[in-house]
Amino acid sequence: MPEKVLLVDDEKDFLEVMAERMEARGIEVSTASSATEAIRLAEKESFDAIIVDLMMPEMDGIEALKLLKKKKPETQVILLTGHATLEKGIEAMKLGAVDFLEKPADMNQLTKKIKKAHAHKMMVVEKQIEEKMKKIMGLKGW
Amino acid sequence: MNTPLRKHDDPGLRFFGKVTASVTHDVKNSLATINENAGLLTDYAAMAARGKPLDPERVNALAVRIMDQVKRADGLLKSMNRFAHSVDDSLKKVDLNEVLQLLAALSIRFAAMCGTTIDVRPSSDPVEIETSPFGLLNALFLCLEFAMTATGRGRSIDLRPEKTATGACVHFGPLPDAVISDPDPCLAASIDARFVKNTEAGTLTLIISDR
Repeated sequence: MPEKVLLVDDEKDFLEVMAERMEARGIEVSTASSATEAIRLAEKESFDAIIVDLMMPEMDGIEALKLLKKKKPETQVILLTGHATLEKGIEAMKLGAVDFLEKPADMNQLTKKIKKAHAHKMMVVEKQIEEKMKKIMGLKGW
Repeated sequence: MNTPLRKHDDPGLRFFGKVTASVTHDVKNSLATINENAGLLTDYAAMAARGKPLDPERVNALAVRIMDQVKRADGLLKSMNRFAHSVDDSLKKVDLNEVLQLLAALSIRFAAMCGTTIDVRPSSDPVEIETSPFGLLNALFLCLEFAMTATGRGRSIDLRPEKTATGACVHFGPLPDAVISDPDPCLAASIDARFVKNTEAGTLTLIISDR
């Protein structure tokens, strides 16, 4: 099963080329050019990782992270920024971001993090299925 | 956006820092896009080495994207350079048409973050005024920042220069009726200028006296 990623950035040229590079690596990519659009997509579909630019009009990456975690706490969010400061990095990690990377990000590093997020999600899904099975078996008295 | 001045704050330095941070952020974005496009070229090369035929049209499209981003970054740096040189002279004759074009170029990111667009309406003739080029840019930026915050998302702000008997002025508008506060007048006073709000016309005007 391929990894599924949502890329969020207001720079459309950057978004297009990142999407193409990830698709060439077998990753299924959806894109959003705003945080609002990203949250709408994240509510409809399930992604292994959501990669969000920090500086965007209307809603920045930190606000998007807060909302995404509120609506889907299991979401793995990676923040991308043109200017990474320790302060912003700490704030992002405290809010539950998986990672905080500076642009230009190394594609191989990013791909590894996406695969890690995918593996983590598979574990979470398996655990949820296991718990459901236990509940059903408990109800049936098996 | 208009944070209050702290004691010992230098508004000029603050303005310089704000603009530099904004322009360099956009240059970084251009470089990141160029980097990814170069990376994609290496991906194509790797695929070609594995036997997948190279599509010349795709390679050409990539080259065009890289050139577009180089042009964008070059434009940003040119504007940044002109901005840096605005401190060379404390008094200089400038054409407001050109100054407003530079202001618009330096304010692209700010406008995008506010969800507004900047529309410079140049005069058919030069609108010349003798003043501090940096001080003028600073005062104009303050007006623009004020106008963008007041106008709200999805709107456009027109910047129109006009020659007057005692100097020149720049009109910013249209502004909504409910704009209550005024931009800080001290900055304008430092270049012999003042802000005037016209609620009927829906404009904020910076009136500059020739020095």
